[in-house]
Amino acid sequence: MGRLGDLTAALRAEGARPVVPFVTAGFPTDDACRGALRGVKDAGCRLVEIGVPFSDPVADGPVIQAASQRALVQGMTPARSLELAAWARRELDLTVVLMGYLNPVLRMGSERFAAACATAGVAGLIVPDLPVDEAAGLRASLHAAGVDLVSLVAPTTDAARLQLHAAHASGFLYLVSTTGVTGTGAGAGDGLEAYVARVRAACTLPLYVGFGVGTAAQAARVARCADGAIVGSALLRKLEHIADEPAARAATSSFIGELAGAMAAAGDGTRDASGKGDHS
Amino acid sequence: MTTPSSNAAAPGRFGPYGGQYVPETLMPCLRELEAVWLAARTEPAFLAELAELQADYSGRPTPLYRARRFEAACGGRARVWLKREDLNHTGAHKINNCLGQVLLARRMGKARLIAETGAGQHGVATATVAAWAGLRCTVYMGEVDMQRQEPNVRRMRLLGAEVVPVLSGARTLKDATSEAIRDWVTNVADSHYIIGSTVGPHPYPTMVRDFQSVIGIEARRQVLEKEGRLPDVAIACVGGGSNAAGLFAGFVDDPVALYGVEAGGSALGHSAALALGTPGVLHGSFSYLLQDDDGQIVPAHSIAAGLDYPGVGPEHSFLKDTGRVTYDKVDDAEALTAFGDLCRLEGIIPALESSHALAFCRRLLGDEAACARLLATRAAGPDAGPLVVVVNLSGRGDKDMHGDAGAQQDGGAHGQAR
Repeated sequence: MGRLGDLTAALRAEGARPVVPFVTAGFPTDDACRGALRGVKDAGCRLVEIGVPFSDPVADGPVIQAASQRALVQGMTPARSLELAAWARRELDLTVVLMGYLNPVLRMGSERFAAACATAGVAGLIVPDLPVDEAAGLRASLHAAGVDLVSLVAPTTDAARLQLHAAHASGFLYLVSTTGVTGTGAGAGDGLEAYVARVRAACTLPLYVGFGVGTAAQAARVARCADGAIVGSALLRKLEHIADEPAARAATSSFIGELAGAMAAAGDGTRDASGKGDHS
Repeated sequence: MTTPSSNAAAPGRFGPYGGQYVPETLMPCLRELEAVWLAARTEPAFLAELAELQADYSGRPTPLYRARRFEAACGGRARVWLKREDLNHTGAHKINNCLGQVLLARRMGKARLIAETGAGQHGVATATVAAWAGLRCTVYMGEVDMQRQEPNVRRMRLLGAEVVPVLSGARTLKDATSEAIRDWVTNVADSHYIIGSTVGPHPYPTMVRDFQSVIGIEARRQVLEKEGRLPDVAIACVGGGSNAAGLFAGFVDDPVALYGVEAGGSALGHSAALALGTPGVLHGSFSYLLQDDDGQIVPAHSIAAGLDYPGVGPEHSFLKDTGRVTYDKVDDAEALTAFGDLCRLEGIIPALESSHALAFCRRLLGDEAACARLLATRAAGPDAGPLVVVVNLSGRGDKDMHGDAGAQQDGGAHGQAR
C-alpha cells in the first residue's frame, strides 16, 4: 500500500467521509487553478484530484471536456500538470491523485511517467480509459515508484470483474455512480446503496463515489453508504467565469465546504445509528 | 470468414496493437459482444441469414469490373479491375459491416443503434439497417462533415435516424467518434454501437474486418474466374481501414502485393497515421495515430471526410510493421484528378475516399521501374502477361457532387480549398 492507501485508511479509521474535489490543471486559468487548490485546502480537504487535460476525453461530459480544451489552449501540458501537483503537495500539503487519459502517459513512457509522479509527490493515478484488464504494465511501473493506481468500477461491473478489481486495486476504489460520462449522471441513482453494498462485499478498500455528485444532498447520500465523494464538474461550473486566484479560492472553499459539511453531518448520523465509524 | 493475423494467445491483439482501452462501464458489454459474435460467426443459421441479406437486400455479389479506358489512361501496363462496392445498397461497402452488426444487436436485445460517421456512408448504412430491423438510431457527425456531405445527412434523416451535430474539436470524424462513445457509455444497457471501421476496442477491429472480408473473398473468386489467376496487386484506401481490411482479407495469404493508401491531404494537413504517425491509444485501441510530443491527438485533414481521421485500425499497424502491406499516401489534388478521370473515362462517379486508391493505382502504373519490379517478382512469373490489379472502389461519389469535387469538375468556379 502506498501513501494514498495510508491516507484513505486513516480517514476511514477516523470515521471521516471526505469530499475529494477535482480540478482540471490550468482551468480556468493557471492562477485561478492554484486559487481553487487553496480553496480546497481552506475547506479542510486533505485529498484532491487534479485532471491532466487531454484532447479527446471520452469518459468526460461537456463541463470537463470544455475545461480540458480551455486549459490546453492556454498551454497546459502533462509536464506542467505534474508541476502543479508538486506545488499542491509542497505548498498546501495536499495528497494529490492525478486523473489522466492513457495516451499522454504512454507518450511520456510508463516508467518515466511513474517516476515523474513520484518526484512530484503524486500519491495516485486514475486512468479512465485503462480498464483493469490492460493495466498490469502501468501498475507495475507506478507501484515500483510508490504510486497507487486507482481502479474504477461501474454499475455494469459484474461479480467476476469485481474480484479482478479487488485483487489489483490500491489507494481507494473509485465507484462510477451511473453509466455515463462525468457530470451528467444523477449522482446517486436509485440503486446507489445496493451498488455500494455489492462492491463492499467484494472489496475491503475505501469506496469513493464520483461522476455526477454535485449537490450537498447527493454528497450526503454518498456519505451515508460510501467512504468518500469525488466532485468535479459541479466545482468546475462554479469556476468557469472566474479568472483570478482570490475569487477562485473563495468560490471553491465555499462550495466544497458546504459539501464537506453535508457529508460530515451525514457521516455522523451513520455513526450514531450504527454505533461504529469504521466499516472494516 | 478468415482471421489472417489474429493472435491466438492474445485475442484482439495484432502484434502489440489493438486491445481494449475503454472506460470500465463498457467492458462487460464488450465481453458480451465478443461472445455473441464468436458464437454467431460459425453458426449456420446466422451465416445463412447474413448471406441472404447480402444477396437480396444489398445486392451482392458486387461486380468485378474491368476499367479498360482507365487502365489505358494509366499507361496500358496493366489490366485494372474495380471491385464495385459502390454498387451495394446505400452506395458503399459500409453496409457489409452494418448488416452483420445489426443481426448481433438484435441477438443482444438492443433497441437502439449508435454510429459515428465522417462521409456519411456509414451513417446512412446504419440508419438503413436500423430501419430494416425496426430499431431507433442516433448518428453522430461532425458539423464540418454535415456541411460537406449534406446529401447523406438528408438520407439519414429520411431513413428515420437522429443526426446529432458534433461541435467539439475539429468537428469531423474523430470528434464524432468520441461523442458516439460517450453516448454508448451512457446508454450501454439498451444501445449497440456500430463502429464503422476496423478501429475501436476489441472485438471491433476483428469483427468489422470479418464482416468486410466478403469483399476480398468475392474479389478473389471473381478475379480467378476472369483472369484464371490471382492478381499481382490489390489496392484500397485507408482511413480507419475497413474497406482495405475487407479486400486484403481475400489476398493476405496469397502472393499478392497489397497497397493501402492514406490521405496525404494538402497544406492544411493530412490523415496519414501509418505513414507519418506514431503508436498510441485513441478510441479504444493501440495503433498508429497523429499526436504531438505531449500525446495530444493532432487534428487530421483530408478532402475526403471518410479518411479525415487521425487514427487507423490496429491490424493495419501490424501489417505495416510486418511489411505485408505497403502503405503510401495520395494528396487531395491527386485524388480529385482520379475522381475526374473515372467519371469521364468510365462513367463511374467514385467516392473521394475511393479516388485515393484510384490515384495511387495510376501513380503506381505510371512508374515504369515499379511495374518492372512487380513483373519480375510476381508469383505468376514475368511472362504471364500484363500486371493484374484489383482496386477497391469502396463507394460512390454522389455525396461529393456539391462540394469540392463537383466544383472542380464544373470548371473549378468555386475553387477547391476549404
